[in-house]
Amino acid sequence: MLRFITGRLLQAVPVIFIVITATFFLVRAAPGGPFDDEKVVLPEVKKALEAQYKLDLPLHEQYLAYLSDLSHGDLGPSFKYPGRSVNEILFSGLPVTAELGLYALLIALIIGTTAGVFASLKPNTAQDYIPMSLAMVGICMPSFLLGPLLVLVFGIYLEWLPISGWGAIPGDKILPSITLGAAYAAYVARLSRAGMLEILSQDYIRTARAKGLSEWQVVIKHALRGGLIPVIAFLGPAFAGLLAGSFVVETIFQIPGLGRFYVQAAFNRDYTMILGTTVFLSTLIVLFNLVSDITAAWLNPRLRAQFSGGER
Amino acid sequence: MRITRPMSSLLRTVALLASCTLLITGCGTGDSNVVTGNREGILHYGNGAEPQGLDPHVVTGVPENHLIRALFEGLTVKNPITLEPEPGVAERWDISDDGTVITFYLNPEARWSNGDQVTADDYVWSWERALHPNTGNLYAYMLYPLVNAEAFAKGEIDDFAEVGVKALDPTTLEVTLNAPTPYFIQLMDHYSTFAVHPETLLQFGEMTDRFTPWTRVGNIVSNGAFELEEWAINRHIKMRKSEHYWDKDNVSLNGVVFYPTENEVSEERMFRVEQLHRTEGVPLEKVPAYRDLDDSPYMQEVYLGTYYYLLNTEAPPVDKVNVRRALSLAIDRDQLTRTVMQSVVTPAYSITPPGTLGYQPPKLFDFDPEQARALLAEAGYPNGDGWPGIEIIYNTNEAHRKIAVAIQQMWKKHLNIDVTLANQEWKVYLNSVSQRDFQVARRGWIGDYVDPNNFLDLFITGGGNNNTGFANAEYDDMILQQAPRAKTQEERFKVFYEAETLLMEQMPIIPIYNYATRHLVHPSVEGMTPNLMDSLNLKYVKLVPDRRLPEGLR
Repeated sequence: MLRFITGRLLQAVPVIFIVITATFFLVRAAPGGPFDDEKVVLPEVKKALEAQYKLDLPLHEQYLAYLSDLSHGDLGPSFKYPGRSVNEILFSGLPVTAELGLYALLIALIIGTTAGVFASLKPNTAQDYIPMSLAMVGICMPSFLLGPLLVLVFGIYLEWLPISGWGAIPGDKILPSITLGAAYAAYVARLSRAGMLEILSQDYIRTARAKGLSEWQVVIKHALRGGLIPVIAFLGPAFAGLLAGSFVVETIFQIPGLGRFYVQAAFNRDYTMILGTTVFLSTLIVLFNLVSDITAAWLNPRLRAQFSGGER
Repeated sequence: MRITRPMSSLLRTVALLASCTLLITGCGTGDSNVVTGNREGILHYGNGAEPQGLDPHVVTGVPENHLIRALFEGLTVKNPITLEPEPGVAERWDISDDGTVITFYLNPEARWSNGDQVTADDYVWSWERALHPNTGNLYAYMLYPLVNAEAFAKGEIDDFAEVGVKALDPTTLEVTLNAPTPYFIQLMDHYSTFAVHPETLLQFGEMTDRFTPWTRVGNIVSNGAFELEEWAINRHIKMRKSEHYWDKDNVSLNGVVFYPTENEVSEERMFRVEQLHRTEGVPLEKVPAYRDLDDSPYMQEVYLGTYYYLLNTEAPPVDKVNVRRALSLAIDRDQLTRTVMQSVVTPAYSITPPGTLGYQPPKLFDFDPEQARALLAEAGYPNGDGWPGIEIIYNTNEAHRKIAVAIQQMWKKHLNIDVTLANQEWKVYLNSVSQRDFQVARRGWIGDYVDPNNFLDLFITGGGNNNTGFANAEYDDMILQQAPRAKTQEERFKVFYEAETLLMEQMPIIPIYNYATRHLVHPSVEGMTPNLMDSLNLKYVKLVPDRRLPEGLR
């Protein structure tokens, strides 16, 4: 097991390095620069600005300087927000985005697994079709549609819940979490249904039933563990996706998270911010994938046996 | 029999989340921002976006403008209705007979928020900073009317003493200009000319440093009606009334909270549930419904700006003046502004918006498809025969696309010519325009000060914002030589009128409409007068409690 983890961590280093290098050169190759504006920037001003941000150096020197700063954990100053560092902006938005992602993931898990398990118990009946059709709607409905709909119903007509902000008014975290979690709940539902169906047709389930266990005991004690493995494998990439993909929900609900900075950095050609957010998020994605692989391995006896190297 | 671990934690989570939800919804949402704000004298202000920063010599932009002008005050301020300059830090000013020397007499009561007096020396220091090449101030050119300012900003001279600004004593500031500049007094209300507190800046770095934390809460010292209280990135910026402001007795608000309301649609919803007193915008499709309300909170006003198409005068077929005029005459601006723009904006037939300080631009043409066809025939494309095709580029945006589609159809219908549309991502579009890699390109210009000069000097030969290749020595002479030397405003406007006539005959641009600002303002807010520059001085704003939104809104 330890060898598996070390191996994966070692693989991660070149991946992240390639991400940094590719992003560094790609953003500089894109047309337009951070100081281009609708009003012309006077040449002498532009020169002064480029010197302050080291953009007057040859490209390879800029690259080496960036890597050197990065090795000290310094992501550089933001181009768009003079006076703020990328580190500062990242860490102001990260807790909010992480919290939002976590709630969304919880909602996705609770709704998704419940629906998926129910559906798998009576395949090809109404108990299957109804939740699975809803899941399909959930996957298809974009958050920029679901968000405003929830706001209209629960915020404006019923006046039950606040419609914007994060942590300012009690209850303002509910609608954004549901909006972000809905699509993932739908994925989880379909994954857990498929996983459960496969497990429920296994011999050991038939044995459990033959021994006279009730259906609930069979499902909860025997089937779930194997049936939810696809869901566990999905969680890592899903959480990383939630962190990187919360942009729309953050915009709809005025949430001070990371997503807005991440997307706008590209439009602003805020080089350091693009790099900072990309490096940071790609590291998270690699890590979460690793964690979910390990969890899936631990849950699956066959895989576990492989790692233990025939100790049985 | 043991239950597997993931299941038990799942059950715990379900229970936790369910109880949390019950607890939270049970609390209710309490009073809205507007209700509590009216009680406490706090204005809740939709400000459009998170500001780049608060340093007047470093940042640019509309949200930044609102914040900086609440925190700082210039030598002059604008009358909220007429926009004429009024005393700010300067209680009065003299202009010499030849118009080149202005003496500002500073109010001895003007104070920084730490209690220090605002002095003429602070201005000399601040303008050196604003002009210094190392500061990288995008608006350095606002001070170019000063003698030698441009040379200093370009690094041609190093000694700031040669620049035309002097502190005669702590409350007297003498300014020497290259030529009479009637709008110079107005520029004193632009944030790039504001003073900053030298001792505070030097505490955190050098004069020209862009990256110091001097504008953070607890560090910043400012001289306006409000001072910075809290700055939570992407959440809000809170300000409270300043106790040191010289005119504090006339400031009614106790504080302001600015929200970075980037999404117009969300902002409108926040307004409807009374989380905001004022919005930065209104979604275009909601305008008709708001207009129809009794006691509508909707406010619309002509804005000092023009939306137009740039024509590249060196790229065929728009290198021919008759083609350019044909294209312009074949646009039905009335229909366009009525249908696509919901009658919010007004048709434009020239670059300068009408009524800029009393100046009325020429109107040389109208929608005239017949004459447009004749002009196109003269240019060698009768009924569109032999037309090589042209492309309109615009930055990716739904409103720009709709306008481009409407114009594409009008040109097809009236001139029988084919036009293709190309949307480009913002920085790519900026690059195409500055490299002049286009035939027709969408453009807009918002005035920095109320004077025709701000629009007409765009098109001088080789001007940085010209972008059309238009070069005309006669035009340059009128803008750069004749207008500044004019003795009276009337004479000056006459020169501008002639110059603008020449411009519109050559048609390097196709004016389309004049902008309008639109806001939602809660009935409890008084003193938010709409004006041509969308210029708001929060010191004049009052809150009247117990007024609610009209019935039809909720």
